[in-house]
Amino acid sequence: MNPVQVSVFGLPGVGVLWGLTLVAFGIFGWRCWQLIGLVRRGRFENRFDHLGTRAWHAAKGVLLQPRIFNERSIGLPHFLIFWGFVVYVVCFNWALLRGLLPFLPIPFPDAVGPAALFLDVFSVLVLISLAVAVARRLFAPPPHLHLSLDANLILALIGVLMLSTLFLAAFRVVAEGGQGGAWTPFGRLLAPAFASLAPERAGALATAMWWTHMVVVLGFLVYLPYSKHLHLLASPFNVFFNDAPIRPPGDLAIPGAKDDFTAGASKWEELTWKQLFSGFSCAECGRCDRACPATTAGYAIEPQQIIQKLKKHMMATGLAGNGDGRPALIGGVITEAELWACTTCLACMSRCAVWNEQVPLIVMLRRQLVSQGAVQRTVQDMLANLTRYGNSFGKSDRMRARWVQASGLKIKDARKEPVEYLWFVGDYASYDPRCEEITRKTAKVFSQAGLDFGLLYEAERNAGNDVRRVGEEGLFDMLREKNQQAFAKARFQAIVTTDPHTFNALKNEYAWNGNRVPVKHYTEVLDELLAAGRLPLKKKLAGRVTYHDPCYLGRYNGIYEPPRRVLRALGLEVVEMPRTREHSHCCGAGGGRIWMEDTEKIAERPAENRIREAAALADVPTVVVACPKDIAMFRDALKTTGTEGKLAVRDLAELVAEAMEV
Amino acid sequence: MNLYVLLKMVPDTVEELNVAGDNRSLDAEYLRFKLNDPDEHALEQALLLKEKHGGTITVVTLDAPEVDDALFTALAKGADRAVKIPADQAALGTIATAKAFAAFFAALPAPLAADALILPGSQAVDDLEGEVAAYLAELLKLPYLGVVCGVTAVDGKVTAVKEFSGGLRGRFEVPMPAVLGIQSAEKPPRYVPVAKVRAAMKAAKIETAAIEPPGPARALDLDHMYKPEPTGRARMLEGAPEEVAARITEVLAEHGVA
Amino acid sequence: MSTAILVLVEQLRGQVADITFEMLGAARKMAASAQRPVHAVALGRDAAGLATRLGAADSVLVVDDPVLDQPTAEAAVAVLQQIMEQKQAGLLLLGGTNVSFGLGTRLAARTQLPFVNFCKGARTDGDALVLTSQLFGGKILSDVKLAQGRGIASIYPGAFPADAGRSDKTPAVEKLALAVPAPKVVFQQYIEPEAGDVDITKQSVLVAVGRGIQSADNVQLAEELAQTLGGAVCASRPVIDQGWLPLSRQVGKSGMTVKPRVYLAFGISGAPEHWDGMQNSECIIAVNTDPKAPIFDGAHYGVVGDAVELIPLLNEKIHAKKG
Repeated sequence: MNPVQVSVFGLPGVGVLWGLTLVAFGIFGWRCWQLIGLVRRGRFENRFDHLGTRAWHAAKGVLLQPRIFNERSIGLPHFLIFWGFVVYVVCFNWALLRGLLPFLPIPFPDAVGPAALFLDVFSVLVLISLAVAVARRLFAPPPHLHLSLDANLILALIGVLMLSTLFLAAFRVVAEGGQGGAWTPFGRLLAPAFASLAPERAGALATAMWWTHMVVVLGFLVYLPYSKHLHLLASPFNVFFNDAPIRPPGDLAIPGAKDDFTAGASKWEELTWKQLFSGFSCAECGRCDRACPATTAGYAIEPQQIIQKLKKHMMATGLAGNGDGRPALIGGVITEAELWACTTCLACMSRCAVWNEQVPLIVMLRRQLVSQGAVQRTVQDMLANLTRYGNSFGKSDRMRARWVQASGLKIKDARKEPVEYLWFVGDYASYDPRCEEITRKTAKVFSQAGLDFGLLYEAERNAGNDVRRVGEEGLFDMLREKNQQAFAKARFQAIVTTDPHTFNALKNEYAWNGNRVPVKHYTEVLDELLAAGRLPLKKKLAGRVTYHDPCYLGRYNGIYEPPRRVLRALGLEVVEMPRTREHSHCCGAGGGRIWMEDTEKIAERPAENRIREAAALADVPTVVVACPKDIAMFRDALKTTGTEGKLAVRDLAELVAEAMEV
Repeated sequence: MNLYVLLKMVPDTVEELNVAGDNRSLDAEYLRFKLNDPDEHALEQALLLKEKHGGTITVVTLDAPEVDDALFTALAKGADRAVKIPADQAALGTIATAKAFAAFFAALPAPLAADALILPGSQAVDDLEGEVAAYLAELLKLPYLGVVCGVTAVDGKVTAVKEFSGGLRGRFEVPMPAVLGIQSAEKPPRYVPVAKVRAAMKAAKIETAAIEPPGPARALDLDHMYKPEPTGRARMLEGAPEEVAARITEVLAEHGVA
Repeated sequence: MSTAILVLVEQLRGQVADITFEMLGAARKMAASAQRPVHAVALGRDAAGLATRLGAADSVLVVDDPVLDQPTAEAAVAVLQQIMEQKQAGLLLLGGTNVSFGLGTRLAARTQLPFVNFCKGARTDGDALVLTSQLFGGKILSDVKLAQGRGIASIYPGAFPADAGRSDKTPAVEKLALAVPAPKVVFQQYIEPEAGDVDITKQSVLVAVGRGIQSADNVQLAEELAQTLGGAVCASRPVIDQGWLPLSRQVGKSGMTVKPRVYLAFGISGAPEHWDGMQNSECIIAVNTDPKAPIFDGAHYGVVGDAVELIPLLNEKIHAKKG
């Protein structure tokens, strides 16, 4: 049977197919060209390096769909829909080619046994998946999933495609007199339902099914780049151009930049092409919103909406070509409140199924606000303090190591004598009265372990991690320069930091002129000292604790095990919170949020949310943290949630000190 | 409008202040200078006036440590010219400072225009001999108002709001040219990103005014300076928060409260 | 030397400010060893009526020109210059307040007399008068010698006891007819503070919050405590600037001056600008995380700790006590 050798409304089938194909591909191609043109209006960014690594990353990320599986209920169904789609795309093109070029010496795909079997089996699996997807949307929609017409239409279309495949096989079995169908078991199963049809009639219906299938697919081809299902096309490229396998996560540098990005972007054309491209890949699945601590808290932010609004704005103003009267990108399209709500915790980016990069985009837009001076008073004060004194507390740099005086220790000055470890203490651990005692204990632990360490004393400056994420790139550069000048005057082999934010900046965002120095977090150093038998533990601690993964230690730098190993070595049982490791829920301090005031009413601060999660664990009286900002945020949250008597927030170093009896 | 903002550097009180060996000046060891707070507001007020009425802002300072940073910051914020008077401000009292500024205005090629406003900060933490703004107004024989917290310009005259106390303020009409000592601008001083300041350092120039240094550095017979004795230290209540709260409750009761 | 000491009576809208009595007290102290006469200078139409309250002065000099009713410094400067010449006065004391701001500097420029700002203390040294000034936000004191006790001084509010400047005596009143120039800076009107709010100057208990209170939510905690105590919440400038409380709640140099029975200062470091406004409270209890906070140098009771933690505890305790 050749479905093309028919007359369609009096016209030869081949001709009709050619006509439909040319129209469909023409529109599709034109639209794609249009969209590529839009993206090319963005600024240049080099995402064309490490092609092999990128290809491998894309192959894994797209073909195995690992991030789809981070939400269990939809993981397998999406996986099947995806693979069904891939198989169908191959078979469709095969069938189309064969139909358009009748002289090709190849059969139609459904005439080839294994292909027919594949189509048949997959059509049923996809139908089941669709049923799951529809049921999920109808009865148990996850939050932040937008039930758009677009989304339902696509499910219906896929349904029609699967059904036409299945029925084609069934009709063909009937047309062939109940014979055949060995490769289409489900078609054969369905065939008896149509046993009463005359074979010619069944053959005509089979042909009709083939045409239905082809017309729907061609229609879909036209529809695709006009809908959110553009993600089918765009996301593989998005994953390919994503920098996760190449650079540190959440890196804010623009590789190969030809423009100055210090002032960020005031309009969409000033974003990079990659940032503009991200909207095409977003499938509006809502993973980012569900993971976002700010969204959960009730702040005016949904990471997904930032991506979506940018895309819609770009399409509306870019395609219509109206430069006048367009709403401002910041203030009009995306509000200042949205941008400032982000804690840069990276939860969205580490969940995004298409590897979009929301945090750098948000920071890019913040840079514009900073360049306009549009920052909250409190943030402005902090930035002024950091510019002048090198710390956010507005205290003299000579007070930075004041905590040393009360510790009774003599700590080396790394600028005056060589040390193995340069301890970069950071602002909070140095100046915050709540943290000073912990810092002293850390110092005593290091001393008792015989660690050869020293400080930069007043030469240390804030490392600039939060400054950079607030969008004050120039100040970050300045702080980095000053620290690097101080490093140049000191002699050390490695750096140990207290604050994970500092750790991230020093490790990933400082240039070391080719002499890369190992940068370690104090939990790593304690873990190493333990492994080397250098931590003289005097007593076993007992009891159950839970550990909060700081964003900049966990998601940003993948350090999950060292702190847990230390806790277990102390004799403690580590009980995990439901959201742990890469799913850890941000305390709300990052990205400069610790300096900001809540100008809007929110439901529950991120730190309160997290403390309640910890408080819900049975028989766990202690939350262990490894970040001075967590001490500040969580101890405050203990008070506001009324969990103070029930739960204690303690730094890992405090527990080690307790076990060492120092 | 022709706006002149006078900036003055003062010792940063965040740093430890000590008296030098001569007993009459501050020990230079830990001394750092920063822009006088009200002067920052004066600049902001000038920027607001320029935004509304147009014109030029000339920022004038004496030479002092870290003064270039302040001048470049002013330029980055939107000042048009920055002029430095080559006299060491740290050695001068406020009267000598005012005289130096007066010399600057006397040396201008043309007399002050009818739309000129001189905006110094209202006062500074080292104003032992009096305020620069008021003394300058006397020297230039110009109308003066101090503790100003808002300026609007209409038809060649300005309306300035002065702060009294208890939230009470007064509105005054001031003919131009005039000297207004600014306590606070209508809006908090704007933030200027470091990148813009650095760009100003590369692109802009600080002019030097050729002015003879003023006469005696100080008008007052300063006997000596010293650090205050820590006196009347509070009785510290110590213990767990619970105990402290209980103690405070007792103290309150002793004073007939609660 | 026996030149007279003049004290400018500070009044705003007919109200004599406390600083006047502080200055009179200071003047009496400076006059004592040198036997100098002390004259109070009262300006404005109803100024003569103030004499009964100015008994600490030997006489009251009155200039009752209507122009002087207005808070225009220009007219006051001109009149004061004339009085100083006419009376051969060697020393003029002015209030170190916003109301008298700028008078001293301008008179110094016109009379060539030395002007001493921020004056907190005084002693005589032979012929000379030594004035102590507070500089750099109170971090440094400086002693200035006025030869023959001649000069102009601006008296720091709260530095001298006001009681020393009060007396039941009724001094002689001398009306002076002086030329009062029309000021070029023309007073138009007063702008009243935001009305309709609690008057913090009339409270016997104040719960004051400063930068250390951290957030607007925590101001609410203070509000609850104030309610329990039957007082009101006030604040230092940073909190007002944040918009967490209205301007009418500001205590300090550009805000209100308060004298409650108890002043509870939470998270207030005690900058001089704030200290000015509350130093005369009967009992000051300060809570601050920084043991070096200057407020502990002047408060009666101090607690090194977190205000946010302590406020609710205290509230609970007082509630419990009330039953």
